[in-house]
Amino acid sequence: MNRKLHLKVFRYNPDDPKSQPRMESFHITEYDSMTLFIALTQIRDEMDPTLKVDFCCRAGICGSCGMVINGRPGLACHTQTKDLPNEITLHPLPVFKLLGDLSVDTGTWFRGVGTKIESWVHSNDAAFDPADEEMRMENEVAEQIFELDRCIECGCCIAACGTARMREDFLGAASINRIARFYIDPRDQRSEDDYYDVIGNDQGVFGCMGLLGCEDVCPKHIPLQDQLGIMRRMLTLNSVKGILPKAVINALKHKGCCHEKH
Amino acid sequence: MQIFYTDVLCIGAGLAGERVAVEAAMAGFETICLSIVPPRRSHSSAAQGGMQAALGNAIMGDGDSPDIHFQDTVKGSDWGADQEVARIFADTAPIVMREVAHWGVPWNRVVAGTHTYYKGGKPFEAEEKKEKHGLIHARAFGGTAKWRTCYTADGTGRSVLNTLDSKCLQYGVTIHDRTQAEILIHDGENCLGCIARCMRTGELRAYFATATLIATGGYGRCYSATTNAVICDGGGQICALDTGLVPMGNMEAVQFHPTGTVPTDILVTEGCRGDGGTLLDVNEHRFMPDYEPEKAELASRDVVSRRMTEHMRKGLGVKSPYGDHLWLDIRHLGVKHITTKLREVYDICTNFLGVNPIDQLIPVRPTQHYSMGGVRTNRDGAAYGLKGLYAAGEAACWDMHGFNRLGGNSLAETVVAGRYIGKQIVKYLKGASVNFTSAALRDAETKLNERIEDIVSGRKGGENALELRAEMRETMMENVFIFRNGKDLQKAVDTLEELHDRANRIALQSNIPGFNPEMSTALRLQGMIKLCQCTAYGALQRTESRGAHTREDFPERNDKDWLNRTLAYWKEGSNMPTLKYEDASPYYELPPGERGYGGGKIIPNELPKKKFEVPKESLENLKEAKSKG
Ligand SMILES: Cc1cc2nc3c(=O)[nH]c(=O)nc-3n(C[C@H](O)[C@H](O)[C@H](O)COP(=O)(O)OP(=O)(O)OC[C@H]3O[C@@H](n4cnc5c(N)ncnc54)[C@H](O)[C@@H]3O)c2cc1C
Ligand code: SF4
Ligand code: SF4
Ligand code: FES
Repeated sequence: MNRKLHLKVFRYNPDDPKSQPRMESFHITEYDSMTLFIALTQIRDEMDPTLKVDFCCRAGICGSCGMVINGRPGLACHTQTKDLPNEITLHPLPVFKLLGDLSVDTGTWFRGVGTKIESWVHSNDAAFDPADEEMRMENEVAEQIFELDRCIECGCCIAACGTARMREDFLGAASINRIARFYIDPRDQRSEDDYYDVIGNDQGVFGCMGLLGCEDVCPKHIPLQDQLGIMRRMLTLNSVKGILPKAVINALKHKGCCHEKH
Repeated sequence: MQIFYTDVLCIGAGLAGERVAVEAAMAGFETICLSIVPPRRSHSSAAQGGMQAALGNAIMGDGDSPDIHFQDTVKGSDWGADQEVARIFADTAPIVMREVAHWGVPWNRVVAGTHTYYKGGKPFEAEEKKEKHGLIHARAFGGTAKWRTCYTADGTGRSVLNTLDSKCLQYGVTIHDRTQAEILIHDGENCLGCIARCMRTGELRAYFATATLIATGGYGRCYSATTNAVICDGGGQICALDTGLVPMGNMEAVQFHPTGTVPTDILVTEGCRGDGGTLLDVNEHRFMPDYEPEKAELASRDVVSRRMTEHMRKGLGVKSPYGDHLWLDIRHLGVKHITTKLREVYDICTNFLGVNPIDQLIPVRPTQHYSMGGVRTNRDGAAYGLKGLYAAGEAACWDMHGFNRLGGNSLAETVVAGRYIGKQIVKYLKGASVNFTSAALRDAETKLNERIEDIVSGRKGGENALELRAEMRETMMENVFIFRNGKDLQKAVDTLEELHDRANRIALQSNIPGFNPEMSTALRLQGMIKLCQCTAYGALQRTESRGAHTREDFPERNDKDWLNRTLAYWKEGSNMPTLKYEDASPYYELPPGERGYGGGKIIPNELPKKKFEVPKESLENLKEAKSKG
């Protein structure tokens, strides 16, 4: 027998002065291998075409459909209803600006921090010569960079983060991970001082309480805690640069650090 | 209405849109990108496999060259491609891959020494050369003579898109996400920008631009089963077609992939069958050898898709709430193989289907995958019919793919075309002066507002957009799918014409203040039906089989009558497209011949001798494309 699912969905339309935040119930019949993407699409197509909810790839790769599913941030398209009880409660992600119902403005948020941390490889573009072969790179380094570049900016880690909820200006685990991505990239010519200016403060790594909420919910299983740790060590070492002898610092630097360049 | 002025307007911020934007911004021009979703969520992020470029670093790509890439591409296209464009593409692809490497793409690199690789499911050893250590590596893909596909693990689209989006940030490209282009502003000769709808508030905004680019990706959502993202609804193509001046090229050329999964139509790779997976029907009978005794599951993509559909039409598909499907069986490959060599497939099955492929069957069916057709442009990416309008990426028919594109060639196209066309736009801007007339804006605004009013007020009728959409998708699946015939196509043409009329009478079911998601569908639907009509009508007229366009009633590739490209125009007020034809290629560097796979008879064409000469002007242009300038 197919289960009857009871979805309780957060509803609110900020463009409508009469709208009050409320929970609305929808009842649907569960099918084999139903995901929340299928369930919510069915609700929108057959019951309420005004439901605001974001889907794009519906394959867990674009990051559009982050929401709070029975109290836990996750991707709706990536979640099968069979793994949930028949009562399912859906809320929009906190921290981000609410656009309506389950839809939040992650795009503006990520663009904002991207600008703040100057999220691009700092190198000399004019030096590119079409006739020349590419700069060589160790495959291992390339793989490490991609491991961090897999972030889909779904916002789940930000939504799960206590600091991010308290401090509006906290950069969040995804951004610190992004910095780490540039830090290990041999093409990026920023110095450690440059990085310090961006994340060596309470908005960055020192604001993090290390409670691991971020890593637990990351649908891409990005090693966020490692990155926070590495960045914190890099910054701490950088700030004692003048005090400790260079040899000691160099020895410490590589400990637990995933690259040999800096 | 808020009005924005800019030098370049990119409608679409996937790989193609962002690559053009970067080129314009680097040259100092003000650039705005519009996108339905934040750029990094564009469909390009879903591409995993890789992009083709003849770098020849990997040992299995040894001796590769742009010449071989060019030949593979033209053969793949079944000689439907514009060969001048295919040449520009093949020759500049290696440069562009190196350039994005310079900007930060973490391409996988060659590691010197002996490695174990797989071919046809069997392991073999090969030694990567020492002098190539650290250069960009490549993997194998279908239809290519050499290993030529550059990749970053299984996330090529993601990593290249991240890099280009970073570049946009660096060079100050303005991004307006959650903004959907609805109509082009033009004065009959020049394209002046577009009017778009804000998907946060529902408000309209005008964008005046000296050069406008359409890079909105494919229109897969015209079919009920597609591997495309839910936003791939052809919005940009519709804007262009609606002007009545800009034609679509080769809309009948649509690619289908045999193994989209059910219910969510996510793709599982061809590698499953390559490694020995089989296809089963409702009785768990392996049916492919009945149709194709020799190649069975390993016949070409279009052949397998055709046989699967045929078999399901005989009632031998598996019934499910999501429609009929077949089974893909990889259980016999064993735990180790599935969790290592086919890990991605394993993840997709367990995460999305709730199926463990180690001991369960995978539900699959042929699925719409790629649109070769789109806004017809010339060599420089300039659309036919309106000055200042350009198109690139999957939305365009730049036409290096002809009637069938090779895996890895479309992702490469987005950045290669993006760079080349971006440079042409910069050239155009340097000499252009346009007159942003308020009359042109008023025309567009009036038209759009009228459409919106009709839908909101329901003054023309009470048709339900979602129901019409379902009927449109079913019609395309049933009649304009993998294999086609005159009778079904005629049925599609008739049904679609009816749907077109009914789409005039769409009314909203519920009107809410601010942004209304139902409005997006309602506004887009008649345009989508028009794209379907261009596809169906073009397919009905094309009485031959070429690439992905397979006519059961005309199985030959007929070069005598059909070595050409279909151009579909939409005259204002009409309820059917008008078709014209042009030569497939300005010249044939590679004369029409056998593809070397897929079989099929060819009815030859006697082309005049001068059709085989490459004009001097083309050679000079090519040289410039490869230079630093
Ligand atoms: C599952 C899958 C896997 C693939 N794998 C590969 C592969 O391995 N190799 C390969 O070569 N190819 C692959 N392809 C094909 C390739 O990914 C696409 O052809 C390519 O990414 C298209 O890029 P694009 O820039 O043209 O469009 P897209 O990336 O689709 O971007 C379209 C942009 O336009 C915007 N947009 C759309 N409509 C509007 C509108 N009305 N107004 C404003 N903005 C709009 C969107 O928001 C988006 O930003 C794959 C395709 C699929 C479906
Ligand atoms: S570990 Fe730090 S970044 Fe992660 S959730 Fe906790 S406070 Fe936030
Ligand atoms: S780090 Fe993980 S959870 Fe955070 S935005 Fe990226 S993918 Fe999402
Ligand atoms: S829709 Fe793309 S991650 Fe869910």
